Amino acid sequence: MSRADLAAAILWTGGTLYALFGGADFGAGAWDLLAGFDERKGARPRARIQQSLTPVWEANHVWLIFILVVLWTAFPEAFGAIMTTLYVPIALAALGIVLRGAGFAFRKSVHRLRYRRAMGAAFALSSVLTPFFMGTVVGAIAAGHVPAGGNGDAFSSWIQPLPLLTGALFVSSGAYLAAIFLLSDAHRAGDGEMEGYFSRRALSAGVLAGAVALVGLIALHAEAHYVYDRLIVEGLPLVIVSILCGFGVLALLLGRYRRGLRPLAAAAVVAVIWGWGVAQFPYLLPTSLRIDQAAAPNPTLDAVLVVFVVAAIIVLPSLGLLYWLSQRELLGE
Amino acid sequence: MLGIDALPLAASESNLLAARELMAFTLAFHIVLACLGVALPAMILTANWLGLKRDDPDAMRLARRWSKAMGVTFAVGAVTGTVLSFEFGLLWPNFMSRFGDAFGIAFAVEGLFFFTEAIFLAIYIYGWKRLSGWAHFWSGVPMVITGIGGAFSVVTANSWMNAPRGFTLDAAGKVVETEPFKVLFSPAWSYEVPHMILAAYMVVGFLVASIYAVGMLRGRRDRLHRLGLLIPLTIACIVTPVQLFVGDTAAREVADHQPAKFAGMECIQKTGGHQTEYVGGICTSDGVKAAIPIPDLDSFLVGFHADTKVTGLNDIPADERPPANTLLHLAFDAMVGIGTALLLLGVWLGFVWWRRRDIPRTPWFLRAVAVSGISAILALWFGWIVTEVGRQPWIVQGYMRTSEAVTEAKGIWFAFAGVLIVYAGLGIGAVLVLRAMSRRWRAEEEDEAEVPYGPSAELPEAAR
Repeated sequence: MSRADLAAAILWTGGTLYALFGGADFGAGAWDLLAGFDERKGARPRARIQQSLTPVWEANHVWLIFILVVLWTAFPEAFGAIMTTLYVPIALAALGIVLRGAGFAFRKSVHRLRYRRAMGAAFALSSVLTPFFMGTVVGAIAAGHVPAGGNGDAFSSWIQPLPLLTGALFVSSGAYLAAIFLLSDAHRAGDGEMEGYFSRRALSAGVLAGAVALVGLIALHAEAHYVYDRLIVEGLPLVIVSILCGFGVLALLLGRYRRGLRPLAAAAVVAVIWGWGVAQFPYLLPTSLRIDQAAAPNPTLDAVLVVFVVAAIIVLPSLGLLYWLSQRELLGE
Repeated sequence: MLGIDALPLAASESNLLAARELMAFTLAFHIVLACLGVALPAMILTANWLGLKRDDPDAMRLARRWSKAMGVTFAVGAVTGTVLSFEFGLLWPNFMSRFGDAFGIAFAVEGLFFFTEAIFLAIYIYGWKRLSGWAHFWSGVPMVITGIGGAFSVVTANSWMNAPRGFTLDAAGKVVETEPFKVLFSPAWSYEVPHMILAAYMVVGFLVASIYAVGMLRGRRDRLHRLGLLIPLTIACIVTPVQLFVGDTAAREVADHQPAKFAGMECIQKTGGHQTEYVGGICTSDGVKAAIPIPDLDSFLVGFHADTKVTGLNDIPADERPPANTLLHLAFDAMVGIGTALLLLGVWLGFVWWRRRDIPRTPWFLRAVAVSGISAILALWFGWIVTEVGRQPWIVQGYMRTSEAVTEAKGIWFAFAGVLIVYAGLGIGAVLVLRAMSRRWRAEEEDEAEVPYGPSAELPEAAR
């Protein structure tokens, strides 16, 4: 494995972690949005969401910074090409990040109901729009709509079936993961009612995400031959793993089993991300820019690798500590 | 010589101006929040430490409140920082795709620090209730270290733009080889990085103190306010003289590394010795108007001799001269002036404290502290104007012009307008939220439900 491939693997690892933690974080916001207009009925799920999210939401999103930094340092040309082509959805995602962060931080600090509602709406709405636009970016890349030299069409590059479906997949799989995490949190807190509430939602979001993925596969076939062809050959084991994990989660949910739920749900998402990676290998931008063509000089890649190793030594245990403290409800307002 | 950015504008120039203004605005907004992320943890932990060590409930209450406030400012800072990461690519894609492999290295390091800071900040902010006292205190210490580390990495990236090193270009201008250590430790880092870290401590120290000074001027003269004034003010006043020394060194280094920037900010027209230092005034091509001239001082400050030769704009090619000389000059003078005034404020406090173990009794002292926060922020902005506008027309000094780096995307002015609206909401929202928090705290001043480190019997063994 070359250094460039290793750097690409690091990029994908960051993407995977962002999809899991950031995705679930967005998903929790989506459930906040869908908790209904009735203030009283929505109060309990919203409280559950807030409690689970508050200590960890900021850390969940640093993975995005990680992805950006690795991309522009290790693969600067690809970064430039993506930014000059997909600047519309990227700018909209940035807007969503601002509204979401501010909405969430302000909501828990203001007490007047009117403001809380406005802040909550900003948070919840941008929790859906942000991952959607991020998904369109990923879909446009996979579909090969980003030319290596950049400056692709600002609109037709992402307003296409595959990017839009990828956006929908990001939203639905985030909601799916979030519901699984939230029902587990409710289970641990002994809140049977919320456990059931999120269990039903996990089921429907899981079915929805699966359906979107299926339609996405058809769009992939039509729009991205290279990626599709590799996905159903080289990527097939991962596709199968993802499908099996997905059905496994459904079975556990229907049988009311809680053990193994979270790892299985996470595995279903991780397998899709790595399936996509395998499918577009060795291209960073299919099919115009290969990983080795886009890669920075070796010393820079080494620096990225060193930073990643140090991150694995320092950041991952710290993150583990944060999640552990949070899961044991030792952190709170 | 260009007085301001040339108008009227061709399409590409218009894009460049819009992108520069957008970048400047979002940076100026973010840098204040970034200072809070860098320096506020140290203030909080000082109060926390005093609270634990001396069993001081007032100090403890301050630490707790400041940490809640930091929860808000850090959240806003995290999103405005993310916006900047996007802007690198959205506004300056050619810069990033050509130099990302060198410039980016510092940001990879910064990612590490920021991540760690975000994690421990969350543990600290949300650990008041159920962690034990000292365990909680120590969970905050990484914030101080990572704050400084993060400031180092971001500022060293800027230092690299001012004095780029550690890369080899091929004939086409593409980076083909890099030396990460030379990129990280380019010549400008040794003064830019400490200058910014000290600036962060000054901004936050004076800013927090100014809030309590306003409270005291409104008659809230309790011990809580006194302590809330003294802890940050002491830290800021200790830092200020060091900052003036570092800043003085920095100016000399700029004269050495970036003569065009130095000539611009000092309005030096002709190369030579015995340069006059002009305080204030308007820069024109035939000298500085309406300024206070101090003969020979500029040469003396650069080389400690009146005959030290200083490069003037006449030796800089016309298309490599920085724009807006008057702006640069006044920004530089204002930064130095504010720094000096803040130094005097510290001397005043130090003298009275030495004589009487008390803060000066006159309300003028509190008034001075009350404006010190915003003054420090202004000095911070002025300093960055000198650094950034002074480097123009370059984005990478000597290697890439800002005009080559800018995006061709349409609609930057619209994006700028949108950002102005959203950030206005963000700023107003943050201030309103912080004020509401402070009002609530005053209302529940006597409420003992707020006591930290709640019943230890509830703590599981492992968390101690």
